Amino acid sequence: MSPKTVQKIANVFVWGGGVITIAILLGIILYVLIQGVPSLSLEFLITPPKGGLGGEGGISTAIVGTLYLLGVTLAILLVPGIGAGIYLAEYARDNRFTRIIRYAVETLAGVPSIVFGLFGFALFVTSLHFNFSILSGALTLVCLLLPTLIRTTEEAVRTVPRSYREGALAMGASKWQTIRHVVLPAAMPGIITGIILCAGRIVEETACLYVTMGGSSAMPTSLFSGGRTLSLHLFYLAMETRAFDKAMATGAVLIIIIISVNALTNWLSQRYQRKIRGG
Amino acid sequence: MTSHVIIDRTAKYVTIICASASFVILGAIFVFTLREGLPAFQAIGVIDFLFGTEWRPGQEMFGILPMILGSLLVTLGAMILAIPIGIACAILLAEVASYRMRQIFRPAVELLVGIPSVVYGLVGLMLIVPAVRQIGGTGFSILAASIVLMAMVLPTVISISEDSLRAVPRGYKEAALAMGSTDWQWIWHVQLPAARSGIVAGIVLGMGRAIGETMAMIMVIGNSVVIPDSILSSARTLTGNIAVEIMYAAGIHRSALFSTGVILFLIILALNTVATFALKRGLKAHHVA
Repeated sequence: MSPKTVQKIANVFVWGGGVITIAILLGIILYVLIQGVPSLSLEFLITPPKGGLGGEGGISTAIVGTLYLLGVTLAILLVPGIGAGIYLAEYARDNRFTRIIRYAVETLAGVPSIVFGLFGFALFVTSLHFNFSILSGALTLVCLLLPTLIRTTEEAVRTVPRSYREGALAMGASKWQTIRHVVLPAAMPGIITGIILCAGRIVEETACLYVTMGGSSAMPTSLFSGGRTLSLHLFYLAMETRAFDKAMATGAVLIIIIISVNALTNWLSQRYQRKIRGG
Repeated sequence: MTSHVIIDRTAKYVTIICASASFVILGAIFVFTLREGLPAFQAIGVIDFLFGTEWRPGQEMFGILPMILGSLLVTLGAMILAIPIGIACAILLAEVASYRMRQIFRPAVELLVGIPSVVYGLVGLMLIVPAVRQIGGTGFSILAASIVLMAMVLPTVISISEDSLRAVPRGYKEAALAMGSTDWQWIWHVQLPAARSGIVAGIVLGMGRAIGETMAMIMVIGNSVVIPDSILSSARTLTGNIAVEIMYAAGIHRSALFSTGVILFLIILALNTVATFALKRGLKAHHVA
């Protein structure tokens, strides 16, 4: 084969890969939206699931469950996640402690969701007697999301130009004053992007919640009541009640949430990069 | 000491404590799963546990070989599909596509990561499983699971391969083109070999994601405990084994599920170590050049 023929075949191969990737993405999104949106209505969103075998009712308790879990998880996650990110970006020296922490963060990021679930099940659900509850689910999620928030925070703090710190220190600010009043405000859009990323993951996660939240379809009343998120609700609908139209409608809600979250993070990070470059 | 110095020190120690959390959690996960899994390892024996072909909790038989094979075969199938597509897409993004094309592709790949695994499972259940049923069997099969998993690992393979293709120094390209090579000759003979370590890392990390996937697999693979004899056969993954049974398991059964978790944890640890090693080697290679 002449190099020209090879080049032509290669072009087909390379573009084929791109086309298939886009086709998979569009295929999934369009399929779920086309199948799900017709059964979407305000009533579907504000009616609780009836819990029967036909999967009747709406998804109101799953929406509340998702928001409840989101709030509790972020409330516990923010301080350790951002704190560790600041440590790695601002304080960490190249010593054994730092290497161990970095190794732990990297490894933790690769541990499968269901293993976090097992851990949460053993520690929070059974040993600490939180039972199947929002609290157990939230604590398990905190463990799972910690690496994500640490990494995005570290990156955001590192992007702040050196001159900002030098300026503050030259004015006589202490190290913490510099971080608190100069570095963190400048890094804030990046950190917020990381938090939104975590929020998206909370909406997506299923496996670790499946074994820690119990999946009650009742309205959660406290930290210790069981509950289900939208993703979990979809799973129960598809696998236990076999109510596929309702599952598709729930899937459509999830897809819409995820697309919005992605658009928001992209918009924020573009604005942020422009600002840093401009400043 | 002035108050500023005290605040400064406190702040530093607080961040150190925060940073230690990941290490503590990683240790706790390892200790807890191992402690809960130990009774099963002792009662069954590590060899019988790993290579036993029967998993019958009612009769106290706990062999996870069918699940190990299930996980490996699905992962293998997913990678066979995802590697050519992913590398082709990575070459497209790193070398061929215009800036504007990339602006469309990057969010698309990110979105593919963001779609919840239950949605992948649902689409697999509604579209892929019936399609596989046309070929034979019930449709709940290793083949269906591999196809679903392919879509889920594609973003990992694409983004890490693209990064490592980009990291190949521009001088290589100029030299290759100056020698009269076509675009493809430069990509095939120079760029891909130079980026090899990074691409391997992408593939290995994709495998890690594939082996760890749980919900989508439960939804399309059928979950029967059998040694699969064809790609149309139903199977169960290590992750699925845990999720399906942990809620009602007790005693040795429960402990055996934690042991399954320990095995899963060790497989992922091994894969991540290989990936980290490959990435570091890739960086070093370009640094010398």
